[in-house]
Amino acid sequence: MDRSAGPVGASVPRVDGIAKVTGRARYLDDLDAPGAWHGVTVRSTVAHGVLEAIDLDPGFDWSQVTVATAADVPGNNFIRLIEDDQVALVPIGGRVMHVDEALALVAAPTKALAFAAAKAVKPRVRALPGVLDIDSSLAVTQKLYGSDNVFKQFLVRKGHATDAELEAAFARATKVIEGTYWTSPQEQMYIEPQAMMAEWDGERCYLVGSMQCPYYVHKAMKAFLDRDADDVVVSQSVTGGGFGGKEEYPSMLAAHVAVLAKKAGKRVKMVYERDEDIAATTKRHPCRTQHRLAADANGEIVAIDVDVVMDGGAYLTLSPVVLSRGVLHAAGPYRCPVVRVRGRVVATNYPPHGAFRGFGAPQTTFAYERQMQKLALALGEDGFAIRKRLALRSGDTTATGQQLGFSVGTDEVLAAIEKVAGPPPARDGKAANGAPLRRGRGYVFYFHGAGFTGSGEQRLAGKATVAVTAEGRFEVRSSSTDIGQGAITIFTQIAASALGVDPASITVIDPSTAQVPDSGPTVASRTCMVVGGVVEHAAKALRAKLEQWGAANGVVGRRGVGAEGAATAETTSVPLLEIARAYARKEGELAELVTYEPPPGIAWDDATYTGSAYPVYGWAACLVDVAVDLDTYEVAIERCVQAVDVGKAINPSIVKGQIEGGTLQALGWAVLENVIYKDGKVANANMTNCIVPTFADAPELETVIVECPYPYGPHGAKGVGEIPMDGPAAAVANAVEDALGCSFDSLPISPEVVAASKPRWRLS
Amino acid sequence: MTEYLRPRDLDEAVTARAAHPDWMVLAGGTDLMVNANHRVVPAGIVDLWRLAELCFVHVGDAITIGAGTTWSEVEHHPAIRERLAPLALSAREIGALQIQARGTLGGNVGTSSPVGDSLPALLALDAELEVASVRGRRRVPYREWCTGYRTTKLAPDELIVAAHVPIPDAATRTTWRKVGTRRAQSISKVMGAAAITLDGDTIVSARVALGAVANRPIRIAAVEDAVKGQRLGQAADAARAALRTAIQPIDDVRSTATYRREVAENLVARFFSPS
Amino acid sequence: MNITFELNGQMHSVEASPWKRLLDVLREDLRLTGTKEGCGEGECGACTVIMDGEAVNSCLVAIGQCHGRTLTTVEGLATGDVLHAVQRALVACGGAQCGICTPGIAVCAAHVIDRGLLEGADEATARTKVRELLAGNICRCTGYQLIVDAIVVAAREVTR
Repeated sequence: MDRSAGPVGASVPRVDGIAKVTGRARYLDDLDAPGAWHGVTVRSTVAHGVLEAIDLDPGFDWSQVTVATAADVPGNNFIRLIEDDQVALVPIGGRVMHVDEALALVAAPTKALAFAAAKAVKPRVRALPGVLDIDSSLAVTQKLYGSDNVFKQFLVRKGHATDAELEAAFARATKVIEGTYWTSPQEQMYIEPQAMMAEWDGERCYLVGSMQCPYYVHKAMKAFLDRDADDVVVSQSVTGGGFGGKEEYPSMLAAHVAVLAKKAGKRVKMVYERDEDIAATTKRHPCRTQHRLAADANGEIVAIDVDVVMDGGAYLTLSPVVLSRGVLHAAGPYRCPVVRVRGRVVATNYPPHGAFRGFGAPQTTFAYERQMQKLALALGEDGFAIRKRLALRSGDTTATGQQLGFSVGTDEVLAAIEKVAGPPPARDGKAANGAPLRRGRGYVFYFHGAGFTGSGEQRLAGKATVAVTAEGRFEVRSSSTDIGQGAITIFTQIAASALGVDPASITVIDPSTAQVPDSGPTVASRTCMVVGGVVEHAAKALRAKLEQWGAANGVVGRRGVGAEGAATAETTSVPLLEIARAYARKEGELAELVTYEPPPGIAWDDATYTGSAYPVYGWAACLVDVAVDLDTYEVAIERCVQAVDVGKAINPSIVKGQIEGGTLQALGWAVLENVIYKDGKVANANMTNCIVPTFADAPELETVIVECPYPYGPHGAKGVGEIPMDGPAAAVANAVEDALGCSFDSLPISPEVVAASKPRWRLS
Repeated sequence: MTEYLRPRDLDEAVTARAAHPDWMVLAGGTDLMVNANHRVVPAGIVDLWRLAELCFVHVGDAITIGAGTTWSEVEHHPAIRERLAPLALSAREIGALQIQARGTLGGNVGTSSPVGDSLPALLALDAELEVASVRGRRRVPYREWCTGYRTTKLAPDELIVAAHVPIPDAATRTTWRKVGTRRAQSISKVMGAAAITLDGDTIVSARVALGAVANRPIRIAAVEDAVKGQRLGQAADAARAALRTAIQPIDDVRSTATYRREVAENLVARFFSPS
Repeated sequence: MNITFELNGQMHSVEASPWKRLLDVLREDLRLTGTKEGCGEGECGACTVIMDGEAVNSCLVAIGQCHGRTLTTVEGLATGDVLHAVQRALVACGGAQCGICTPGIAVCAAHVIDRGLLEGADEATARTKVRELLAGNICRCTGYQLIVDAIVVAAREVTR
């Protein structure tokens, strides 16, 4: 490890902390936008149909309003993502594919006028029968995508077993555990709603807004607006939360404001109302997982067979990748020689489902950790002990045949939980109001592949620049966005450490496609591990060049020429900042652009879905204690402990915050949260009814950060953003099962569900 | 543009109400201002926020609470905490701090939502409302106040002035419970309040009120009859049985009829269990 | 209508419809954008301000109601250049991530602390009280843990 690690490993306060606590940080809706008009979207009220016409109420005064429809799209009417299938605006004669799909747009000088105008736009849609569940989609009651409604399917096979051999393994097994698991859609509920602003300057379109991936928006807008790369400039404004919900959706919003701005000849801003945001934007993919596992007489798992079906909503968007991750995690972090995982994601007439922290893994993790619980019960084995016994460790192979080597924190995270677990609280208790309480404890062990799957990172070829500006300041330029997870601060720490300078001399500039290279998207728990690594290399390369220049120009540096990473002589004369300033004065800017190089030996076959699915995995274990109120059937989370192997905590406070944030989202998903649809429309589209945990709902969260360094991550760091989301929901289900003696295989485990389970309780 | 009047006293307020029946009577705004930018713009506002004549708590043979009293004030008032516990407890579970600082008794009673958090408590405590208009003042027992879904006996020109709440005697114990969608800032799924007069642990009489199980808060006569003369414990079973056919809760986006029914029974049974 | 009020220690006058939300007057008329809109229905607390000594949701206050009243927003928490204890603690303890809920939380927590609502409580009691008193402020990023840490730290500092 680099001994002069500087601030790395320290919980330095966030670079943007003061701006945030004073209210000075400016989110999209805070920005000065003189003369900006407000955009509002006119949306479908039916789930499936044909748009026959768009009428404008003749009694409305349209003189101050711009109306835009598909006919006004300057380029191609689709939002480019994986495919070009999702329209930005349904054209006349085109198919409406979900409730709240955008049919028309209005812009006006005031919000009030824009809302009124939107109400005066009268679309006429001829309704068609909707496909509103997975089975109807598979039965192709209506053709929504291709001939079979399947956006994507995968098949993972381990052990070369044929289907017949797999069935034979199940037939001769000592124990077969089978279950069907359902996980619900979930709203990201970032507290800053979706927001975007567009402005045209001649043929160039400037977009600024709340987003995770400026280059996704850029790519989509080049096609949508039919522009060259230079004629679309996308900038991220301070973003009030994303969690995946601002990965792909901002491209849609960008298209809308761009079209309005072009037609109105004005700057146009769109900030979604909360109700609209909940109703119209992406949700976690609902998922049905059928999971079978076979165990032999020694309690070893000999076969796993999983069938995953996800509801993708109306368009393909990111569904193939969500399914991929779900499928690749479906067999779980346990030893098993024979695995088959089949996965499909299907089209329905719901608003497209999309990215949300965990991205498919929470769904299949729920299934496999429920299965492990059932196996433990069937074998009469303690829930913790069985996981310890069967867990993957270094040297074992995963479901895709990846042999694990470095950075496998299995024993460390399990030991961390074991150390703090203590005896479970008393089984039976009483609330202050006299209600009887029934307690239970649940464990989970789980993993999460860090970064993009397989050769994804190689294809992304993420880039970052570390530079000395002409003014003699250090700058980090990357398209990674800080969406709360502390990217700005982490990059500052990494760069400061690599350069050997005071972090205050470094600026991580705001991501704008005109000024930063494409580092790849801010998703997949890759920002620190992948982009941070690129930043580190760029910083080191810059340092080496500066030192070399310094030596050649009589301004001597700390360790002399080309001493990349090796601690040689003691510190001497001139700090790097001074060399940098001298360089800047004499030569101007010096920028070092580095492209991500994947670690050696990652062999992945996309065709057979075998090999090293991820360069490295995060590992975690979770303990949950619940108390069920037997009068009201409410499940209270009394305790939640997470032990997470993050490789290296560049900033422990930020890592802790990420773990705790993800944990509470998972606990909320487990017992409180749901997205309820009626005829394809979100029926609980406001914060009153689409609830998330409050301060009072959250238990005191306990977090143990474990560090099993990843040799190819900066200072050993690997991903942390998503993993804490994957496990706790299953831990809650396991705990409630422990309390009540019956299984809970669907989310949410609401009080209504618990009440209905009463006939199955076995309270001994 | 919306007109605005801030009456200096109740006289001015009722005069304004009579003169402008289409104006919005606004105090804390915790219902009327929700999604304000999407509401019909009112022709005018009669602003009763902090009108002194409506902001008071008077302790006498009964406790009289002015309609402009906020839930924070109700929750923290020593006499209300001690003698009208269900009201203080409900105040504490209305929304959260910011809502409690602005929501008023008059607002909760006037909006008369089926899930109004203070309403079952007012029913169980057998409160009496005082209303005023240019025609004078009158009183309406709260048990007669709610006439249907969000409809009350408030005449179009009247304003709610106060709630007179009798102080339960020493032999009467009161209970209250809200089952919300989460621990705080939540809408009720089921809510109950009771005032039970005991002789030892035999029930002399009881007033039992439930919220969120009908289109308005309701007293459950069947339960009140069933528990009379019973001992705590026995009474719990009788109450549960009587409740079974006495309410028709609904399914909605927050909960189910089945759940509401079952939990209402559990709550009411708990009220009649020995402590 | 002309509405005059004290805001962050200074008198302000605006010309607006009395029905306009206080939140919109702050953000649009006065260009004080520290107070945020998260839901428009009084659920999330991102719009929290202090009005006449009470923490309220500014999305539920009609500006006409503010005439003659005293308001404090997040911009008024600091004293000159010195941040309020709770602001400093939120930074030091890592209690702000995306920051959109942070001004509302800072205002509500400052109110709770300055009114002595946490005084005399031991650590566990203080933490429980913080959770109850701040339950009207939703945070989606932090899981609340580090925010509770920060508020308890700040309360201790103010008491000392």
